[in-house]
Amino acid sequence: MTLDKAYFDYPHRSYGMDHDRYDWSMLNDRKPVEWPEGKKLALWVNVPLQFFPLNQKGEPFKVPGGMTMPYPDLRHFSLRQYGNRIGIYRFLKAFDQHGVKPTFAMNTRLAETNPYLLNRIVERGDEITCHGYHMDAIHWNGLGKDVENELIKTSLESLRKLTGQEIKGWLSPAKNESDHTPDLLAANGIEYFSDWVNDDMPYQFRTSNGELTAMPLTTETEDHFVINGNKHSEDSWVEQVCDAADFLRKEADTQGGRILALNIHPWLMGQPHRIAKLEKALEYITQIDGAWPAYAGEIRNNWISQQ
Amino acid sequence: MKEDPGYFDYWPYENRPKIEWPNGAKVAFWVAPNIEYYELNPPANPQRAPWPTPAPSLPGYTVRDWGNRVGHIRQMELLDKYGIRGSISLSTALCDHHPEIIELCKERDWEFFSHGIYNTRYTYGMTEDQERDMIRDSMETIHKHTGQKCAGYLAPALSHSDNTLDLFAEVGTELFGDEGGIYTCDLFHDDQPTPIHLRSKKKFVSVPYSLEMNDTIAYVVNKIEPRRYGQQIKENFDRLYAEGAESGTIMCIPTHNYQVSYPHRMKAFEEALDYITSHDDVWVTTGREIAEFFLDNYYDASIADISSKQRTA
Repeated sequence: MTLDKAYFDYPHRSYGMDHDRYDWSMLNDRKPVEWPEGKKLALWVNVPLQFFPLNQKGEPFKVPGGMTMPYPDLRHFSLRQYGNRIGIYRFLKAFDQHGVKPTFAMNTRLAETNPYLLNRIVERGDEITCHGYHMDAIHWNGLGKDVENELIKTSLESLRKLTGQEIKGWLSPAKNESDHTPDLLAANGIEYFSDWVNDDMPYQFRTSNGELTAMPLTTETEDHFVINGNKHSEDSWVEQVCDAADFLRKEADTQGGRILALNIHPWLMGQPHRIAKLEKALEYITQIDGAWPAYAGEIRNNWISQQ
Repeated sequence: MKEDPGYFDYWPYENRPKIEWPNGAKVAFWVAPNIEYYELNPPANPQRAPWPTPAPSLPGYTVRDWGNRVGHIRQMELLDKYGIRGSISLSTALCDHHPEIIELCKERDWEFFSHGIYNTRYTYGMTEDQERDMIRDSMETIHKHTGQKCAGYLAPALSHSDNTLDLFAEVGTELFGDEGGIYTCDLFHDDQPTPIHLRSKKKFVSVPYSLEMNDTIAYVVNKIEPRRYGQQIKENFDRLYAEGAESGTIMCIPTHNYQVSYPHRMKAFEEALDYITSHDDVWVTTGREIAEFFLDNYYDASIADISSKQRTA
């Protein structure tokens, strides 16, 4: 098997990125930002509220955290529902105890089918963003642009109606996108999204319908990534979160405000043997000098007002 | 396909000629930051898919972009703090995409060696001419942007052919005489430099680069905790330092700006670098300096010693 000549063409070998979605920029070259009241470290605690359908199609791949066994995979279906029934209420207590302002990334299907949980979240007044329709509704090129647009439109219209919130933020299931996703999100009233984990600060992202703000929701310290994926202990996860917070807090002294983004799943950290570890991490990060617990949208708006 | 690539003869780790590093150092210590460019939509290679999910495969692409946007500067400032010059394993297209990074490394007199053009273009399936042209392009690009005569090679994404090391050495000679194409990082068979057999009979050396100390292997393949990675680095060093009293050893930490530079991993890495550089008898150096020192001082004695240990039945 030999390679044809096209394998040795380098059409994008020039300054900047190999696509035109955003400008190349190094973090340390940017203007430092100042968070409100001289705060140094924004705490963005992001909580996905997810629905994993039992009749998962798995196109183009099985969503991480989804069904893995032959139908009906009751073990994973029910364990994910555990998060929405039990884990989330442990989370809410912990958030209130430590003064965390959680941002809830909600699957629209969960909001449609769980009015109690929906109302509980809505009444709290925390920010809600859209996490797609459900966890098996993966955005990818195989959908086609029109079908994907309908999926995004339906997901947002329904969630806006149910929550009474404008819903400006988006997180794709599995952070997966098609080539059109950002264009369609912007066309449907989304202002910021969190699928591209290529920065520690927000940046502006081009679409065919104006700019989106890319918000830095790192995967690397996410509970699912560290504990399920890497098989690290809960204590190690706490240590990693605290080390990250310390590092970013120190960097903020010389380079301007930073963001600690923590993505945590009620079905994982909400387990009885893990919740104390989450509480420990929250206690540590909220007591950092200069910590600013904030919603994702607040951080985004504050950042963009300084650009 | 061959049973054995034939690059090196068996050479037991006892009774070798003693290596003495400059100033009586026991360990030659080098850090090799990989600075890479992965493409969002590379052309398909029949033998290896660049990404695990259909394009655009954001998780892998975006963390690597994070490394260049965010991680590089953090790692560089840390290496500055401990007086370490990086030996960069470079996707040479990065000279075009991100010249700011190249400038920062040039200012610090870091070494640049070739890691191919893009880390999403695999050697698999290349003809000898195609691979030679790719290697030449990468070495010429380094020379054009940095003035350096590329001494070392780590094949892109560790994808090789049977010709890789020969071609690299030959193109090095063609472009830069004895100064170019003198060492490889592609082989993991030793803790000391070893002569490598090439068809050209050129004097060429394998400089240990360590897959085990590689942050991507530690974090992505072995999935270890940051603090444990730091501990492994220290323990790896301790043993090589102790053995280095008998004959000089080499320790390399190969890094990636999208692994070691994450906020939750920097502390462990810093502690390890602090530990190593706080020892007296450490030669903090670069890949090229190790290769040249070995070729100038120990290559011939090593060849003779290896030869004496090849017993025929």
